[in-house]
Amino acid sequence: MNIKLKIWRQHNAAAKGEFVEYQLNEVPAEASFLEMLDILNEQLVLKGDDPVAFDHDCREGICGACGLYINGHPHGKFKNTTTCQLHMRKFKDGDTITVEPWRSEAFPIIKDLMVDRSAFDKLIQAGGYISVHTGGVPDANTIPVSKRNADLAMDAAACIGCGACVAACKNSSAMLFVGAKVSQFALLPQGQIEGEDRVQKMVARMDELGFGNCTNTFACQAECPKNISVSNIARMNRQYLAAKIGGKKTN
Amino acid sequence: MELNSNIPNGPLSEKWTKYKINQKLVNPANKRKLDIIVIGTGLAGASAAASFGEMGFNVKVFCIQDSPRRAHSIAAQGGINAAKNYANDGDSVQRLFNDTIKGGDYRAREANVYRLAEVSNNIIDQCVAQGVPFARDYSGLLANRSFGGAQVSRTFYAKGQTGQQLLLGAYGALSKEIEKGTVKMYTRREMLDLVVIDGRARGVIVRNLITGELERYAAHAVVVASGGYGRVFYLSTNAMSSNGSAIWQCYKKGACMANPCFTQIHPTCIPVHGDYQSKLTLMSESLRNDGRIWVPKDAEKARLLREGKIKATDIPEEERDYYLERRYPAFGNLVPRDVASRAAKERCDAGYGVNNTGRAVYLDFKEALQRLGKKAVEEKYGNLFEMYERIVDENPYVTPMMIYPAVHYTMGGLWVDYELQTTVKGLFAAGEANFSDHGANRLGASALMQGLSDGYFILPYTMQNYLADQINVPHFSTDSKEFEEAENAVRQKIAKILAINGNTTVDTFHRRLGHIMWEKVGMARTEQSLTEAIAEIKELRAEFWQHVKVPKTEGMNTELEKALRVADFLEMGELIARDALMRNESCGGHFRSEYQTPDGEALRDDEHYAFVAAYEYQGVDNEPVLHKEELRFENVELKQRNYK
Ligand SMILES: Cc1cc2nc3c(=O)[nH]c(=O)nc-3n(C[C@H](O)[C@H](O)[C@H](O)COP(=O)(O)OP(=O)(O)OC[C@H]3O[C@@H](n4cnc5c(N)ncnc54)[C@H](O)[C@@H]3O)c2cc1C
Ligand code: FES
Repeated sequence: MNIKLKIWRQHNAAAKGEFVEYQLNEVPAEASFLEMLDILNEQLVLKGDDPVAFDHDCREGICGACGLYINGHPHGKFKNTTTCQLHMRKFKDGDTITVEPWRSEAFPIIKDLMVDRSAFDKLIQAGGYISVHTGGVPDANTIPVSKRNADLAMDAAACIGCGACVAACKNSSAMLFVGAKVSQFALLPQGQIEGEDRVQKMVARMDELGFGNCTNTFACQAECPKNISVSNIARMNRQYLAAKIGGKKTN
Repeated sequence: MELNSNIPNGPLSEKWTKYKINQKLVNPANKRKLDIIVIGTGLAGASAAASFGEMGFNVKVFCIQDSPRRAHSIAAQGGINAAKNYANDGDSVQRLFNDTIKGGDYRAREANVYRLAEVSNNIIDQCVAQGVPFARDYSGLLANRSFGGAQVSRTFYAKGQTGQQLLLGAYGALSKEIEKGTVKMYTRREMLDLVVIDGRARGVIVRNLITGELERYAAHAVVVASGGYGRVFYLSTNAMSSNGSAIWQCYKKGACMANPCFTQIHPTCIPVHGDYQSKLTLMSESLRNDGRIWVPKDAEKARLLREGKIKATDIPEEERDYYLERRYPAFGNLVPRDVASRAAKERCDAGYGVNNTGRAVYLDFKEALQRLGKKAVEEKYGNLFEMYERIVDENPYVTPMMIYPAVHYTMGGLWVDYELQTTVKGLFAAGEANFSDHGANRLGASALMQGLSDGYFILPYTMQNYLADQINVPHFSTDSKEFEEAENAVRQKIAKILAINGNTTVDTFHRRLGHIMWEKVGMARTEQSLTEAIAEIKELRAEFWQHVKVPKTEGMNTELEKALRVADFLEMGELIARDALMRNESCGGHFRSEYQTPDGEALRDDEHYAFVAAYEYQGVDNEPVLHKEELRFENVELKQRNYK
């Protein structure tokens, strides 16, 4: 198929960016979206141009590295699909495809379609873990967890940290990302011990890092490639309120 | 050079305990004075760095990705083994040890494998304490499933995303230490050289992938946990940035490379579909618990299938050849990977392959769907089925999946002794980057076990033993001549690549290398194919250095990143072929067509080849020196592997 691409090009964080158009012919329908960009890049390199920079690694929807804003949607318009899992057969011959980076103040552009998502790492560092040390822990089966809670915890933990939720949100809120982590641990007995501390620290860090507030539009859930549910946000809010009402201070 | 594996004396089951009793310790005040560099944040690197941080060392950890959480370990699907015997089906440390030694076709070191089996249980405890949401049954206790090469259920899993959940556990532990300040994380950095001072590893040169600057970092010890080198074959199940460069630089600085030809071809991957394809997708081995592998009994029917004139569902039960069940009734579809891969190749070579390429076999869930119902199948494998449908555009609940073997894992790697120390003092290797535990074939769900074992439970002890002597060595300056020289060498290499300005892209060279490797150094190797491969790789390497085209872009330059990795693969491929040519036997994943039993099984030669081949670098154009570490089997009897 033949397609027209409108791609955001920006040489570095400080440079002014712009859309550049490329005509790409004979793209195989079985190629993935990223393989299509590989084909474009090989052509650019041979012409002596700079290839388009974009993040990617596993190319099977699990590492969370890829993340392109395609025709106005994070990862394109198809449900539960990361950019790397999107195939060209979903497009038509003659289509024009607009490709942009995530747009959010919390995720500054590094180059072209690549953004800096280190704010997500900083959020996790604020307390998105259980503080056990290596060794000296009890036998795994001494902590039973109901299958229902274990499954729900797994659903929350399936987040790949791609940032689509933030990119989709008009306020650049990271509530879905944080809510998923808080929920995973809130659902497990071993996670509850630090639960109140965790939620307060992570929410405070979210504000520090410049993520916006949640105004319940649920665009995050709609665009999440892993179908992470907004019920995780509700669970986090409940835990946050309980911590505040309980008057528990973070240490 | 003398290879000393430093295995403690005494009975197998007491060696590790004895080691820990006798090892040297570093007191807390001194730990603060000691720096450790860790390359990699996969299961091995992240767990090691977090544990070192907890112990009080100063840790610097590096990864290529924008976040440590994206290391390739994240993609592991099926599960992690441990000898818990929760299923009460007769498992034990001894049995896991036996299965691993046998699965590896008797080419691994007994003492290391036993230790791995011993600590396997601690790993599960640790991960559960971290909140890893493993699958559970209705009692609330942990669930298990089976993997190839085992007759017990010892595999723990988190849906089809076990690697993700284990890595996020380790990433959590790492994040905790980063917050505390014991660990400093450097993302989007690629190690391009190792710095050795007076025979000891003392630092690294890394390229900042955003600014393009070269940076120097010094430490008292260096751990390389950079993963496997499967992408030397171009197409593989590995992530795009997986590379062999970190270990290759170590090799060039004096660390021996062990058993480089032991590469694993995984039987259940989605078949290749086009030239522009960038990677292959694994369909987890766990599918072989319930999926049955077959091709048509009649070659004519296979032809019609290839031509699209009939469908798989048109072939009646009695015309299907469930060839694994036929050949290996005891293990059936759960034979080890090397056996399953070769059996698929054998059927396709004989003209029974399906798909328009003839390079595929069926993995069929019809029977499981009837036995368990769609809901149960969906619960177990839903995400894998979805992944398959997305790529192939066919619904595996209706038509059987098509699969074919693909490069997946490298058992070979840096040679390490019992302490995971390489032949360069102070340089340690962990996870897939070392050669240690899997012999000539790794069992499913054992890589995750080994990575976490190395990082959480082995290195924290052995590293202390090494550093105990180093407490009076002050922090290193990066201004020394060794750092200067190493950085200059990297600078020159980059300048040389950029100056070529040829007419062929890096990917083209990589694809061509992959083609040579797959055709001549792949699932079946012969003296002739290997000799040809060595010559062809040399030619291709020369061509690369004349004709590669890499843009001169300042700062971030993704083509340059790839070019540096491919330049190393072009050297590594040759060593792999040389090693395969040296090893005149078949064992595990290394199959030399000249050496097989009458019914086509791998034929080992224990008398002449029961050793680890460790190569010492002598310059790009010179043959490396081969050192042999004899393997002594005192606790298992060497037998021909039998899965019948
Ligand atoms: C698709 C797939 C599924 C799998 N499923 C299973 C399974 O179910 N069970 C199982 O046991 N095993 C499985 N494996 C194997 C297992 O995932 C890997 O062997 C294991 O995760 C490797 O971990 P690691 O820590 O050694 O390295 P990796 O996870 O590969 O991490 C390497 C790290 O090193 C860094 N790095 C590399 N080079 C450099 C450099 N030059 N400079 C700086 N940093 C560098 C990377 O950025 C990364 O952080 C699977 C593998 C694949 C490909
Ligand atoms: S590249 Fe890993 S999720 Fe897309």
